[in-house]
Amino acid sequence: MQFLRKRWRAVLIFALSTLMLSGCGKIVVLNPQGPVATEELHLITWSFGLMMIVVVAVFALFAFMLIKYRAKKGSKIDYQPEQEGNRLLETVWTVVPILIIIALIIPTIKTTYALVKPPSTGTPVVIKAVSANWKWMFQYPGQGIETVNYVVIPANRPIEFQLDAIGPMNSLWIPALGGQEYSMPGMLMRLWLQADHPGTYVGRSANFSGRGFVHMVFNVIAKSPSDYATWVQKVKTTAPAMTMADYQKLTAQNVVHTMTFSHYIKFFGPRNNSMNALYRAPNS
Amino acid sequence: MSVHMESLHEPTTSSLPLEYQEDGNLKIFGFWVFLAAEVVLFSTLFATYLVFHGNVAGGPTSQQLFDIRGFTIETFLLLTSSFTMGLGTYEMRRQNTKGVVVWVLITVLLGLGFLGMEISEFSHYVSIGANISRSAFLSAFFVLVGTHGSHVTLGIFWILSILVQVMRKGITPKTARKLFVVGLYWHFLDVVWVFIFTVVYLTGKVM
Amino acid sequence: MLHSLLQLGDKYFMWNEGPMIWTSDVLIVLTSLGIIGVLTYLKRWNWLWKEWLTTVDHKKIGIMYIIAAFAMFFRGGMDGLIIRAQLAVPNNQFLNAEHYDQVFTTHGTIMILFMAMPFIIGLMNIAVPLQIGARDVAFPYLNALSFWLFFFAALLFNISFVIGGSPDAGWTSYAPLAGPFYDTGVGENYYLISLQITGIGTIATGINFLVTILKMRAPGMTLMKMPMFTWSILVTSIIIIFAFPVLTVTLALLMFDRLFGAQFFSVTHGGLPMMWANLFWIWGHPEVYIVILPAFGVFSEVVSTFSHKRLFGYKAMVVSMVAIAILSFTTWVHHFFTMGAGASVNSFFSFSTMLIAVPTGVKMFNWLFTMYKGRIQFTTSMLWALAFIPNFLIGGLTGVMLAVAPADYQYHNSYFLVAHFHYVLIAGTVFGVFSGLYYWWPKMFGHILNEKIGKWAFWIFMISFNMTFMPMYFLGLMGMTRRMYTYPAGLGWGPLNMIETIGALGMGLGFVVMVYDIVYSIRHPEKDLTGDPWDGRTLEWSIPSPAPEYNFAVIPEVKGIDAYWMMKHPKGQEPEPTKAVDKSKIRPIHMPNNSYRPFIISVAFFVAGFGFIWQWYWLGIPGLIVVVIGLFLRSFEYDDEHFISTEEIVQTETAAGRL
Repeated sequence: MQFLRKRWRAVLIFALSTLMLSGCGKIVVLNPQGPVATEELHLITWSFGLMMIVVVAVFALFAFMLIKYRAKKGSKIDYQPEQEGNRLLETVWTVVPILIIIALIIPTIKTTYALVKPPSTGTPVVIKAVSANWKWMFQYPGQGIETVNYVVIPANRPIEFQLDAIGPMNSLWIPALGGQEYSMPGMLMRLWLQADHPGTYVGRSANFSGRGFVHMVFNVIAKSPSDYATWVQKVKTTAPAMTMADYQKLTAQNVVHTMTFSHYIKFFGPRNNSMNALYRAPNS
Repeated sequence: MSVHMESLHEPTTSSLPLEYQEDGNLKIFGFWVFLAAEVVLFSTLFATYLVFHGNVAGGPTSQQLFDIRGFTIETFLLLTSSFTMGLGTYEMRRQNTKGVVVWVLITVLLGLGFLGMEISEFSHYVSIGANISRSAFLSAFFVLVGTHGSHVTLGIFWILSILVQVMRKGITPKTARKLFVVGLYWHFLDVVWVFIFTVVYLTGKVM
Repeated sequence: MLHSLLQLGDKYFMWNEGPMIWTSDVLIVLTSLGIIGVLTYLKRWNWLWKEWLTTVDHKKIGIMYIIAAFAMFFRGGMDGLIIRAQLAVPNNQFLNAEHYDQVFTTHGTIMILFMAMPFIIGLMNIAVPLQIGARDVAFPYLNALSFWLFFFAALLFNISFVIGGSPDAGWTSYAPLAGPFYDTGVGENYYLISLQITGIGTIATGINFLVTILKMRAPGMTLMKMPMFTWSILVTSIIIIFAFPVLTVTLALLMFDRLFGAQFFSVTHGGLPMMWANLFWIWGHPEVYIVILPAFGVFSEVVSTFSHKRLFGYKAMVVSMVAIAILSFTTWVHHFFTMGAGASVNSFFSFSTMLIAVPTGVKMFNWLFTMYKGRIQFTTSMLWALAFIPNFLIGGLTGVMLAVAPADYQYHNSYFLVAHFHYVLIAGTVFGVFSGLYYWWPKMFGHILNEKIGKWAFWIFMISFNMTFMPMYFLGLMGMTRRMYTYPAGLGWGPLNMIETIGALGMGLGFVVMVYDIVYSIRHPEKDLTGDPWDGRTLEWSIPSPAPEYNFAVIPEVKGIDAYWMMKHPKGQEPEPTKAVDKSKIRPIHMPNNSYRPFIISVAFFVAGFGFIWQWYWLGIPGLIVVVIGLFLRSFEYDDEHFISTEEIVQTETAAGRL
C-alpha cells in the first residue's frame, strides 16, 4: 500500500509538473512541509489514482464507441436498435464503483479520525488564532504574548490552533502545513498542524469575509526549538504590551501591518466588531 | 351539452364524490402536493425553533412566558373550528347550502377567536420587552407561531370568499371542490397547531 | 436644486461610483427606449400583450423562459468576463474589492437561479406535455404565474446594480457576513427578496409538473414507459417540492434579521451563524441535482435518438435517478467539512457523498452503451451530449476527491473547488440545455438551427471551457482561494490566470456564435415540414412542428417505451401511416383562456419586493395587498376556458399535411 501510494504520488507529480508551464511556482499542496499535509497528500494521491482508473476506462470506452459505431453509409452490420440492456454489464458497473468507494472510504475515515489528534507525540504548543476583519491575531496563552498577521512556531512540535473569530467567519489555511479550519464567532474550533523543518510558509484566510479579505495573509515562521525559545524571550522583554488603543484598533474593521505584543488583552464585549463603539472597558 | 368534448384534463365521472367531479382529482391532488411543500416549510421552522429554544441570551425563557390557560383556550378554539369545518363539508355532500353556510360561519368565528387570542398573546409579550429582537429563541418563536398565525389569517379570508361563492352559485362540482380544498387547508393548519401546542407550548412550559 | 438632485442620485443610483455605473445607466435607458421604440414602430404592443404576456400556453411560456435565460446567461457571462479581466494579471486595479465582491456574487446567483433554473424549466415546459401526450400542464394559469414571478424576480435582482448596489456577500450569502451588521446596504435585501419571489414560482412549477406527469399521461403510458426526460422532470419536481420550502424559510429568517431585527444569525443574542450554512445547503445541495437531473434527461433522449437506438438499461436509469434524488438530501455537510462538525459526522457525509458516484456511474456507462451497436450521428445537439461525457466525468471525479473529508481541508474554498463546480455545472447543465435547445428547437419554431454554425459554436465554447477551468484545479493546489479580488505577483499564479482569461473570452465568443446561429437560422430557416427531423422516438415528434395550440388533435395510444418509434417500427408488421390523423376521432378541445392576471400579480410582487428591499413599507404592504386581491379575484373567475371547434382543428391539421 505504502509503496503503491508512493508510486502514485510520483505519477501525479510527474503528470502535474509536465502540465505546468515552466516558470510556475511550486504546487504547495503537493509539497507538504509537515505531517498533517503529508497525510492529506497521501489521500489526495490515493483518490487521484483511483479516479484515474475510472478516467481510463470511460475515455477508452468513449473513444471505442465513437470510432466504431459512427454512422457510415451502407454498413448495417452490428446495428441492434432494440437492444434493451445487459444485466451482467450493469452489475459490473454498479459493483466496481462500490469497490472503488470502499477502497477510498476506509483511508478517508482513518485519516479523518487521525487528524483530530495531535500529529506527533511532542509537547503541543497552544496558539489561539483569532480572525477579525481583516487580520489574524495569534495569542500564546502559555507565553502571554500576541502576534498580529504573522505567527512563529517551533518546528517538529504539534501546534494546537484554537480558532476563534470576531465578526464574520474566516478560515485558517496554511497549505504547506495542512488543511484549513473555519474560525467562527462564538464557536471555538481546533486545528492541529506541525512543521517538519524551520522555514517560512504562507497562510491566508480561505473564506471570504468582505472587502479586506484578500489582505488576511500571514507568514508562518517555523524556528528550531532553541530559536523559538529565544524569540519568545525577546518578545516578552522588548515588545510593548497591548494598550486599550491597540485593542480598539485590532477589533475595528481595518487592515493592519504585523504587530507584536508582550502582553495581550482578552476579548470582551460582543463579538461583533462593527459594534466596536459599544465596547465597554474591561473593568466597568 | 350533447357534443362530447375532449377536455384538457381527465373526463368527469359521476360516480365520484361531488368535489371530484370537476376535473377528476387534478386540483385536489395538486393541493395535497402543495400541502407536502407546506409540511417541509413548517418542519424547517420547527427544526429552527428547536435549535434556538435554549438560546434565550439572558432574556425570558419559554417557561416564564407561556400561559397555560391562554394556549389551552387557543387550542380548544382551533380544534373545534376544524370539527365545524368538517361538519360544513358533510352538509356540502348533502347539498345543504344553508347547513354549509352556518357551519362555515361558525368555523370563521372560532378562527377569529383564535387569532384574537394569539394577537393579544403576542402584544403582551412585546409589551413586557419579549420582542423578536430580544433573543434568538424569541425570534424563532415569533416566526414559527407567526407563520402559522398568518396562514390562519389568510385561511379566514379564503374561507369567506368560498362561502360567498357557495351562496351565489349553490353547491356545484366546482364550488364543492373549492370548499373541500379550503377545508383541507384548514385541517392542515389544525394539525400544524397540534404540533405547535405540543412542541412549543407544552414542552416549553415544562423545559 | 441640482445639488440635492445629485445627492439623491448618489444615494439611490450610486452616481458617485464612476463610469461603470454611468455606462450601465445609459445602456439600460437606451435598451429600454430601443425596445419600446421597435415595438411601437412595428405596432407590436397588442401582439406582445395578447400572444405572449397573457399566454398560458406551456410552449410559449417555455420559449419566454428560454429567452429570459439567454438574457441572464449574457448578464452572468459578462460578470464572469469582468471577473476574469480583473484576475488576468497580478495586482490588477481594473476593479476595486467592493465592485469585485458584487460581481462574483451576482455571477453565481444569476447563473444558478436566473439562468440554469429557467433554462431547464423552459425546456421542461416545452417538452414534457408533448412527451406524455397532454394538451398542456395541469395548471396552465399557475404556470404563467410561475414564469412571471421568475421574470420579475430576475428584473428585481438585476436592477440592484444601478439602484442601491448589488449584494456582495457571495451567492452563498453566509451569515454573519450577510447579516445586518456587516452588510448595511440594500444589496443583500435584493438577494433575499428576489430569490424569495422566484423561489415561490419554482415551488409552483414543481407542484405543477408533478401533477402533470402523474395525472395527465396519454392512455397506455405507464410510469415505466415514460420518456427518460419526463422521468428526470418527475424526479426533479419531487426534489423541488422538498428542497425549495427550506430555501423559503432560510431566506425569510435572514430577512427577519435584516429588516425586523430578529436574532437568528447574530452573534450577540443567542443566534447561530452556522445555522445559515446548514439550512442553505440543505436546500443548496438538492438544488444542484435540480439543475443536473433534467440535463441527464436531455442526454438520455439525445444520445438515444442520435444513436438511433433504444436507451440502454432503462430501468437502471430510472432507479439511479431516484437514488441520486434521495442521496441528494443526505450530503449537505460536505459543503463545510471544515466547520468542525467532528470526525464521525464528517466520515458519514464523506461516505454519503461518495455513494452518489455509484448511480451517476451507472448512468454514465448506460449512455456509453446506448451508443454500442448503434449508428451515431454527429449533430450539434449530439456533440453537446457527447462532450458532456468526458468533461462531466472530470468534474464528477474531482467531486469524489472533494468528498474525501481530510483532503477537502486542502481543497475547500480554493480554486480546485471552483474548477470542480464549473466542470459539473457547465459540462452538465449548460451543455445539457444547449443540447436540448438544438434538439427541441424545430419543435418550438418549425425550423432547424443551422448545424454548421452550431458546430463552430460548440467547438469554440467547449475548448475554451477547458482552457478556462482546467488551470483552476492547479491554481487551487497552489493555494489560490476563491473570491480573492486580486493576488500578488511572485506566487506563480499569473500565467495560469492569463490562460483562464483567454479561455473565458473564447467562451464568450462561442456564446456569440451561438446567438448568431439563432439569428441566422431565423432569417434563413431550414423548415422542418415533417415534424420529425431527427427520426425521433418520443411523442413530441409525432405532431407537426411547431406544435399546434392544442398539441395533439387526437390523444395517442401508448404501447411501450419510445412510443413514437414503436408506431414507426411495429414488430412484425408494416409501419402504420403515422403522420395521418384519424378525422373521425377529432372532437372539440377545451383549452384554458389567456389571463392578464399572472402578469399583474407578478408586477405587484415586484413592487412589493422593491418596497421591502428599501424598507418602504408604504410601498411594500400595498404591493402585497394587490397580490392577495389578485389571488382572490382568480378564485371568483368561473368562465376561464374556451373550446377549439372540430372545423378549426381539421383546418390546422390539413394545413400541416396531417389530413
